Amino acid sequence: MRYFLASIGLLLALLCANARAQLSIDITGGGANQIPIGVLRFAGEGALPQSISDIVEADLQRSGRFRMLFAGNVDPLPAEVAQVDFGDWKNRNADALVIGSVVRLADGRFEARFRLLDVPKQTQIGGVAFTLSAQQVRATAHRIADVVYEKLTGDRGVFSTRIAYVVKQGSRYELQIADADGAGAQTALASREPIISPAWSPDGTRLAYVSFENKKPVVYVHSLVSGQRQAVANFKGSNSAPAWSADGKQLAVVLSKDGGSQMYLIGADGSNPRRITNSGSIDTEPFFAPDGQSIYFTSDRGGSPQIYHMSASGGEATRVTFDGSYNVSPRVSSDGKTLIYIARDGGRFQLKSLDLVSKQGQVLTDGQHDESPSFAPNGKMILYATQINNRGSLAAVSSDGRVKQRLSVQAADVREPAWGPFFNN
Amino acid sequence: MKKLLAVAAVVALLAGCASTPKEEPKAAVEDRTPTTAVPTQPGVSTVTPIGPTTDQLPNALKDPNNILSKRSVYYDYDKYDVKDEYKPLLQAHARYLAQNRNARMLIQGNCDERGSREYNIALGQKRADGVKKMLLLMGAQESQVESVSLGEEKPRCTESTEVCYSQNRRSDMLYGGEY
Repeated sequence: MRYFLASIGLLLALLCANARAQLSIDITGGGANQIPIGVLRFAGEGALPQSISDIVEADLQRSGRFRMLFAGNVDPLPAEVAQVDFGDWKNRNADALVIGSVVRLADGRFEARFRLLDVPKQTQIGGVAFTLSAQQVRATAHRIADVVYEKLTGDRGVFSTRIAYVVKQGSRYELQIADADGAGAQTALASREPIISPAWSPDGTRLAYVSFENKKPVVYVHSLVSGQRQAVANFKGSNSAPAWSADGKQLAVVLSKDGGSQMYLIGADGSNPRRITNSGSIDTEPFFAPDGQSIYFTSDRGGSPQIYHMSASGGEATRVTFDGSYNVSPRVSSDGKTLIYIARDGGRFQLKSLDLVSKQGQVLTDGQHDESPSFAPNGKMILYATQINNRGSLAAVSSDGRVKQRLSVQAADVREPAWGPFFNN
Repeated sequence: MKKLLAVAAVVALLAGCASTPKEEPKAAVEDRTPTTAVPTQPGVSTVTPIGPTTDQLPNALKDPNNILSKRSVYYDYDKYDVKDEYKPLLQAHARYLAQNRNARMLIQGNCDERGSREYNIALGQKRADGVKKMLLLMGAQESQVESVSLGEEKPRCTESTEVCYSQNRRSDMLYGGEY
């Protein structure tokens, strides 16, 4: 018992250290038609432990949709529309300007206000005030960036969303959750055995994943609120590839209990397994279409692994991919219009997209071992796993292939990313 | 009680972690932008696996001069059929299982690292299922044998070379007590 406690203590000491290791992000490409924007320092933001405007600026830049204009030399800092020198920003071809202010409140918290300005029209097009504690600077900045992004692009911002991924360090595996910019990493599960295939529930409160802690793959559902986890598919044979239904009540999983790898629907609590494929071939990697009515999956029923589409209740499947001899890991954008998948071309594994309406295909990445793609909830970016110098790393690419980012953790192997949903309240 | 103590220790230690995000600020809103909230910080679970206890194993399974000490079947790329050279090995294990009805076996199928992790789980399953099917044909019983897949997750060799890949395309036969 003493040994047990000691080993847990050691494990947790490591956990704490690791929770501070952060993903760092490098942008390796740029988009076209970027909106020129200036983000000024917020008047009085020196009272906060971090610069709120720096985080807003970094968020907007990372999206690839903006061209950031240098705004460091403005003095005095405007906090109101009337204080802005629009002529200067017009000369610099700015389309938009973000200004703001921070004041300390009597209770020790802060109020941060920002205004989004249309420079050509010299008007305010958005503005919000937030009350925050000193620990909430990042979260507040992400929400400001979300407002700016949505006002200017028409698409919902994903700066306040989270990502899940697996870090392997030596023989330790950790399922971690971080903000979309890689900051604030938290460990949800630590194990000596592999963890793969994390999948977010539609409401963002649970993760389904596959753990090998019992010397075989078993599907778990893990509450991120309580930390409680439950084995929901632990049948004889292998249990893997969990995918959530649109309403969060069911999972599609792959079980080998009846021979071969076949797809089943189960309740999110593991109840009532129902077989939905009957092929005698490999049927795996289910992914629900956003309307919840159909499932994309990988099957070798035609002689090589290809992507198929069928009703969520089972029945006939239609083949979706035809080029090449290895097309796997299908995911669909939230508008249901774009399929992304991993294709083998020669010895390389790359991310491809297929417009499901026009049937136009595009190669999005140029890695050797790209895998496990995951759409951002607004469909504009795709997070995936790649290898750099023989080590696992995360990368992101815009859905048009133009903007590329690399996310890496020092001295660790990172894989199996999953981009979480929007949080609605 | 001991369990409770352990849980308490876990909680106490976790509270010491430095980077714990707090709940989102409640926003005072000037325009129509909806307020959003991030769920509370995740709880942390740790998994402490129980190690195998091989002391109890019969000597026949451990003696390096006995064919039963050999436990692995190897495959070609993207293939899952058991090659003829492994048939005497499977025959010996099937005979052992037939003669020892209390013996249990876990067959773990493995793949090299190329390709999708989940597709490799399915491919490894096909490999393990093939070994199981042959053992059943040769006299083992269904209740004695479980076939599972580790996919590409537990490579024996970790370099990206064909020599390594060929060692990782493998089914391993483990007896009860070894897993």
